[in-house]
Amino acid sequence: MKFLPETVLALALLAGGAQAQVVVGDGIPQPLTETAGDPARGRAIVASRQRGLCLLCHTGPFPEERFQGNLAPTLAGAGSRSTPAQLRLRLVDPRRLNPDSIMPPYFSTEGLTRVGANWVAKTVLTAQEIEDVIAFLSTLRE
Amino acid sequence: MRRLACLLLLLPAAALADERRSGSTYMSAETQAMQKDDTANPGMLWVQDGAALWSRKPAADKKACADCHGDAAASMKGVAARYPAFDAEQGRPVDLATRINLCREKHQQAAPFAAESESLLGLSAWLGLQSRGLPISPDPDPRSEPFREAGRRLYEQRMGQLNFACAQCHDDNAGKRLAGSVIPQAHPTGYPIYRLEWQGMGSLQRRLRNCMTGVRAEPFAYGAPEMVELELFLMSRAAGMTVETPGVRP
Repeated sequence: MKFLPETVLALALLAGGAQAQVVVGDGIPQPLTETAGDPARGRAIVASRQRGLCLLCHTGPFPEERFQGNLAPTLAGAGSRSTPAQLRLRLVDPRRLNPDSIMPPYFSTEGLTRVGANWVAKTVLTAQEIEDVIAFLSTLRE
Repeated sequence: MRRLACLLLLLPAAALADERRSGSTYMSAETQAMQKDDTANPGMLWVQDGAALWSRKPAADKKACADCHGDAAASMKGVAARYPAFDAEQGRPVDLATRINLCREKHQQAAPFAAESESLLGLSAWLGLQSRGLPISPDPDPRSEPFREAGRRLYEQRMGQLNFACAQCHDDNAGKRLAGSVIPQAHPTGYPIYRLEWQGMGSLQRRLRNCMTGVRAEPFAYGAPEMVELELFLMSRAAGMTVETPGVRP
């Protein structure tokens, strides 16, 4: 599905109490859950090499983390560069903004190939974890 | 590869330098030294096992590899640099490990070695050593071509929950860091390798399975046609680069 500016696309309702993801412009304004994101939990997810995996590719303001990747832009200032709605769409499925993006879709199971048995029909993060990460990234301001 | 193709269009041929780098060139000086010194390279232990197997009869009334092939230094020179190679009986290319096992079954009437067994890695390493220093020289048989193309498509195919293609890291982002590790260009110059992370020897297919698991894809089975196709493509992509077997990697 191509991203169309000024187009409102209603996506399927997802399990786990998630709200419908409605893309407006280049973002998803509506949070995926009713519970507000927790920045502290979000930070832990971003820094985790098993959960968020973010630091495999991104650097960021994590002085305690020694090995950070440089395949992707720094997370420092992410909250100044992007609105929560923009961050939400990038996390849910970056392919909707750029089909060639190397960033994994964190909350979509569509269009994937040969997904491992342990991961079939599962998203990388849960809806609440997405909200936690957005809450944390929004605190990263320059 | 894509970047190389672009350069080919932009630059006169004379100005083209080979940008390809073996994974060993990204290693620390210590690890490079370990690979270069046969008395320090742990892979040589498997080579020695392979050399012993080469000359040992699988049973008293059976032939050893050496009984047919003679001195491996002469008869096996350049063989590993050419595999996977087309096999008319199979109707498809086979990798070196499969060739060893086909030979065992057909000519030695012995059970095939299990994938990644010490014996199979040993013989593979022993054969690989006979090509050390030679250029990778892919199978020229035109019947291999469709399989090589299938390998290229697999290399460019995004897969797994994390949705990565080999090419996205190893072509588009080689030389950058994935967490603490430099992403190499994925040239199979040293297999089987002794990988420090494994504390052991492993084949190219084991390494490919590692990457597939890493992107949360269902890895292809050892010896699966797709594995051989990927090997075939990677060897062609590395054509002309020097065989380093037994390689050491971090």
